[in-house]
Amino acid sequence: MSDHVQLEEILIGSIAGMLDGLGHVAVGASSPVPGAAALLTRARSNGATRVSVLGSENHNFFTDGAKELFDCAGQGRIDAFFLGGAQIDGKANINLVSIGDPDRPKARFPGSFGSAYMYYVVPRVILFRLEHTPRTLVDAVDYISAPGVSEPGVYRPGGPHALITDRCLFSFDKSRARFTLASVHPGHTVEEIAEQTGFDYDLPEGGVPETAAPDAETLALIRGPVAQQLAEIYPSFASRVFGIDKAA
Amino acid sequence: MTEVLGSADALAARIPDGAKVALPPDYSFCANALVRALIRRGAKDLHLVGVPAVGYQADVLIGAGCVATVETAAVTLGEFGLAPRFTAAIKAGTIRMLDATCPAIHGGLQAAERGAPFSVMRGLIGSDILARRPDWKVIDNPFADGTDPIVAIPALIPDVTMFHAPKADRLGNVFIGVRRECMMMAHAAKAAFITVEEIVDGDLAHAHETASGTIPGLYVSAIAEVKEGAWPQGIPGGYGPDLAHIGRYVEMARSEEGFAQYLQETVLGAEAAE
Repeated sequence: MSDHVQLEEILIGSIAGMLDGLGHVAVGASSPVPGAAALLTRARSNGATRVSVLGSENHNFFTDGAKELFDCAGQGRIDAFFLGGAQIDGKANINLVSIGDPDRPKARFPGSFGSAYMYYVVPRVILFRLEHTPRTLVDAVDYISAPGVSEPGVYRPGGPHALITDRCLFSFDKSRARFTLASVHPGHTVEEIAEQTGFDYDLPEGGVPETAAPDAETLALIRGPVAQQLAEIYPSFASRVFGIDKAA
Repeated sequence: MTEVLGSADALAARIPDGAKVALPPDYSFCANALVRALIRRGAKDLHLVGVPAVGYQADVLIGAGCVATVETAAVTLGEFGLAPRFTAAIKAGTIRMLDATCPAIHGGLQAAERGAPFSVMRGLIGSDILARRPDWKVIDNPFADGTDPIVAIPALIPDVTMFHAPKADRLGNVFIGVRRECMMMAHAAKAAFITVEEIVDGDLAHAHETASGTIPGLYVSAIAEVKEGAWPQGIPGGYGPDLAHIGRYVEMARSEEGFAQYLQETVLGAEAAE
């Protein structure tokens, strides 16, 4: 590992910036970057932010089985959560199921997991997708695992807050059901985002800033205690990105 | 009385073709020795319920031709990616898929364990999951001041719950610790067939250290002691998963021929070991 700031570190720092000050952040299965961001937020909060990582034995409070995460979220005890999607569209609808006719799909993915619940009840859902192409960020998803916004009258205290990809960060306006390009990661351009995004979005007045890289203090936290904690949960990720082995 | 049987194969003989079978997720207590015994028995037309998601167990059963329907929030091999035999079967249209979301599975089982006709849950409205589940209904919250649509999930009553727990006693009490989805699954199902690492002396349901994490024998149809009965998956608090084996499974299960060879090597003719 060199002094060069890696994409993953920019994403971790950027996501953590959206979590600071929250009481309880939960992370679903197979989400190393959001997991690291949540652990960074906790490290910066001196323990004020609770973190629950599914699949972790050390960073998980739950003692009431697989249902507890959802019951906890339904009560409003979880402030932020992460979702992805094989496809995500301009209204923040997400598809975790299939491409084409769901009965004879061209591609089939694992399934919707808890998205059709968590997306409704967790106030700050951050969408995370590491492949930013017209194939993944589409005008309209083939299957709605969970909609970005709901009709008036439908119970919906939660929903999308932002979408972060390997190229940029979008913010989401629930009242207009539209994304705005909030920042472009270092090495990427506004023109490239336009080419690689399959949905319409807004541009902010006054130009698009570059996504800030983590400062030295944050970087030290990410590469130090956060990387060590992450190795218990996501050993292959911690080894690849931070050169840390679980046994170390 | 809970029966104490001699092997996973003896348990598998009690699980009929066409049964609706509840299975725990990969991070819980997976009864893979019993899965292999079901394949050896030639089980057919099973309706698998993943509580709330399922992985290797379902993929192997699907590949072996034991499954007609899968009802779950997800089928995944976690860090190993897509479940190959599930994916192939869905693309070929050879199994019926009932997509759900995690708390809908839990809600259906909770209604079943209460003996209630349904549970209600937030979320789902506006999703294609709901649009493709005519068995779920949107009703008006009768306690709301104004209009408040909410989804009713009918009781989900498995014929069989099966999993692999750390220990049981001779009275049929089964210790599951914090893996309480197994408790819910046992409460909700008509029958529970459970393999355990060890059968111990004493009464787990009346010892203070174990009572709160123990399923009373009341809900347990039969148990069998099967050492390393979760292999190649792990058992939380016990041994870890055999990652090399699962990696090799994913490679072999990419083709029907490779999967057939996997069954030959790992499942068929392995009665003596389990």
